[in-house]
Amino acid sequence: MESGGFDFHIIFHSIPFLAKGMGLTLLLTVLGIAGGLVFGTLLALARLAPFKVLSFVAGSYVNFFRSMPLILVIFWFYFLVPLVLGQEIGAFQSVLIAFIMFEAAYYCEIMRAGIQSVKVGQAYAGEALGLTYPQNMRYVVLPQAFRNMIPILVSQAIVLFQDTALVYVVGLSDFLYSADIVANSENRLMEMYVTVAIVYFALCSWGQFQVRNLQKKFAHE
Amino acid sequence: MRGALRVGLSVVVLLGLTGCAGDFRYNWQWSILACTSENIDAGCIGPYFYWILQGLWWTIAVASAAWVIAFSLGSVIGILRTLDKPILVVVPFVKSPIYFRTRWIGTSKGIITVDVGWFLHGFANIYVTVFRNVPLLVQLFLWYFVFPELLPHDAGMWLKRDLPFPEVSTAIFCLGLYTASRVAEQVRAGINSISRGQQYAAMAIGLTPVQVYRYVLLPVSFRIIIPPLTSDFLGVFKNSSLALTIGVLELTAMTRQIEEYSYAGFEAFTAATVLYIGVTAIVMWAMRIVEARVRIPGMISLQAK
Repeated sequence: MESGGFDFHIIFHSIPFLAKGMGLTLLLTVLGIAGGLVFGTLLALARLAPFKVLSFVAGSYVNFFRSMPLILVIFWFYFLVPLVLGQEIGAFQSVLIAFIMFEAAYYCEIMRAGIQSVKVGQAYAGEALGLTYPQNMRYVVLPQAFRNMIPILVSQAIVLFQDTALVYVVGLSDFLYSADIVANSENRLMEMYVTVAIVYFALCSWGQFQVRNLQKKFAHE
Repeated sequence: MRGALRVGLSVVVLLGLTGCAGDFRYNWQWSILACTSENIDAGCIGPYFYWILQGLWWTIAVASAAWVIAFSLGSVIGILRTLDKPILVVVPFVKSPIYFRTRWIGTSKGIITVDVGWFLHGFANIYVTVFRNVPLLVQLFLWYFVFPELLPHDAGMWLKRDLPFPEVSTAIFCLGLYTASRVAEQVRAGINSISRGQQYAAMAIGLTPVQVYRYVLLPVSFRIIIPPLTSDFLGVFKNSSLALTIGVLELTAMTRQIEEYSYAGFEAFTAATVLYIGVTAIVMWAMRIVEARVRIPGMISLQAK
């Protein structure tokens, strides 16, 4: 570092660039949550389904991904997706697929706990009314399960938001990587990394605050 | 061991599925995983076998050392967060009475009382909030690049130049502090899950607060939280892979390096995957034995599975 002191100028100067990076981070988070939630719900339904083979495959999938580090999963898909598809599709797509596949395993476990938290009597009542298995899930069990799960789903969303920083390893320009580019080109590591930490901290704390509110709200009912 | 068997089977199924999918032309060279020396004819540009072993060793070393920090520090912080009684420190010999209207400091009859408990509780809360709300990768960069700059010049220089294995030490330190915040949450939840009656009973028979924790609350709560602690312990192994960003050659970094040298990514990543799953299976098996060993006879396991 050529001079001491904390250079605020460089931070203000790079705000547009950082904002672009944050845009990518948020996009990855939102798409990852949406994809992970859909796939995770399907997995949870498969895991709780009365067919042995289906629940075994879903269970194995979940155990498999839960015992792997996310970085390794990102590397796997970064390497594997172009090979399987036979063409290059870009870092963003392969990382997004990796996130969805990885997070689905965690969402599946949350869903499963949520579905199991619905009283058995509810499902029996649905059956007694003559609902089919999909109808019973769709109209009776899942709506109640989702309500129980909302706080923990938001917590997991915060975890995913933090996890997206790992796209750093494949050089995708998310928030952290953008800051890293500025930090290294301007030789201002301290300013940029501290800024990144503060921004992440502010956003995640806000999220945690919302989780606490949700918990209180649902505890009262 | 049934879990391990399931996981092993699932690897085979998943590999089979990916192998069948699409137009999959790939030059299989599983033999490179057995490379023990440089031999261009066999496709070995490096001793890949030893690289993987070395990577596994660093993963286990970093994770275990970090866990020691995380477990001890996390337990202390978790306990601090359950303190609801003020701990008063009395500072005597103040001539004139001063009146404070704050929660943590007060006066009466010429002495000042300082509530240390309030400080410790607040410190523990801030610690957990900060370490949980900043991504681990950012924390790692802060410790590695920023922290030495904030110290006095000599201390910073010592960290940068004379610290043995600077990357590994930083990774262990950072991972330990980060995981401590998670352990603290589990410990706090464990202590809070014990019914209040136990604590009151312990106090009623005349135990001091320290004795209440030592003989009543902690022995039960640590047994209750073995399953969530197991998953945190596994988390340390997985998170240790982030250390590759500051140059620690652990398992994931080594397999990435093999992929770059040999283009045999499939084989290298499979080796890493199998090893991570193996570590997971061994840890889960070991923790199940620990859980069975320390079980209090007659107490219902809270985490029935």
